[in-house]
Amino acid sequence: MSIGHTLLGLLEAGPRHGYDLKRAFDEKFGHDRPLHYGQVYSTMSRLLKNGLVEVDAIEAGGGPERKRYAITDAGITDVQRWLATPQKPEEYLQSTLYTRVVLALLTRRDATEILDTQRSEHLRSMRILTDRKRKGDLADQLICDHALFHLEADLRWLELTAARLDKLREAVTL
Amino acid sequence: MTNSPPDSLLTAHDLRKAYGPTHALDGAEFSIHPGEVVAIMGPSGSGKSTLLHCLAGIVPPDSGSITYNGRELTKMSDAQRSALRRSEFGFVFQFGQLVPELTCVENVALPLRLNGSSRKDALRTALGWMERLEVDDLKAKRPGEVSGGQGQRVAVARALVTGPRLLFADEPTGALDSSNGERVMGLLTEAARATNAAVVLVTHETHVAAYSDREIVVRDGKSRDMERSV
Repeated sequence: MSIGHTLLGLLEAGPRHGYDLKRAFDEKFGHDRPLHYGQVYSTMSRLLKNGLVEVDAIEAGGGPERKRYAITDAGITDVQRWLATPQKPEEYLQSTLYTRVVLALLTRRDATEILDTQRSEHLRSMRILTDRKRKGDLADQLICDHALFHLEADLRWLELTAARLDKLREAVTL
Repeated sequence: MTNSPPDSLLTAHDLRKAYGPTHALDGAEFSIHPGEVVAIMGPSGSGKSTLLHCLAGIVPPDSGSITYNGRELTKMSDAQRSALRRSEFGFVFQFGQLVPELTCVENVALPLRLNGSSRKDALRTALGWMERLEVDDLKAKRPGEVSGGQGQRVAVARALVTGPRLLFADEPTGALDSSNGERVMGLLTEAARATNAAVVLVTHETHVAAYSDREIVVRDGKSRDMERSV
């Protein structure tokens, strides 16, 4: 995920302090992986240097100064460009799993075992996500669904490969 | 003799079943504990439905043993197995389980009526289960007037209405879209867990299997318990 663009997008709703930005990020997108303060401040100083944000106000309190950041017109254009550019889908070619299956076949190990064990591991993850989805709010449901659909795609591949192991063995051991 | 885990509700050992030259089951093993949801997975034609039919006493295996709560299913008469299915087991299938001439609440009440409950008691209990499956507003409708997902939730209510200790579900969401399928699975597993009923779930869909506690994979008539083998 582009942390810079995400923080910029959050700033578009209105100026915020670094701490507020981190909190908003963690609440909406962080889930299991909250941002470190260091990440926020290093990202903000880069955005500042590139003219995408500006310091809107500085509060001097008892402790260190607190900067309030605001997005600039260039920043808004940057967010717009980022949102409008589609992400390139991952190609997933030459996956580790494929390599492991082929190696198992080449070395006359049990490739079915590898596929079965992997399926079980995938299902374990799917159970955790399904449970989180059932107990969670809409945001949780959408995030979990995204992960679940990807796991399902892997599982379809595992099934298909399991059904084609004999052919694959012939092809790779020629 | 079986080497089944202790406290199992149902265990099967070395099940074999052939249809002509085809070995549908070729030494399958199975066990389930009270309150557990076990998914039976595997490719089409692997023997998973045959396994379910044998476990539920619908089809007798050619050989092997099936022990339910200390009783050997393969040694029971048809009448004894039938009685066991009616009193201790519940069933949910993919299609066509509801009686079209009866209303939804009468459908849910049917197993209780067959077991001798009064109409009033049966309807009251049935309505309670319909509330649990969130279909109580359909009580007066006939199966032809409700959607596939609603009908399947009515079927789940009917399967659970007698308080079975073991629920057999064969592709229960196979005819539903994914969001209705999820709703059925969520409510089915929740209701089963609340009553400590065990669920044997045959499915080829991994997002449905994700509602289980563990999975058994059937391939070429042989079963493999993934939890106990890793």
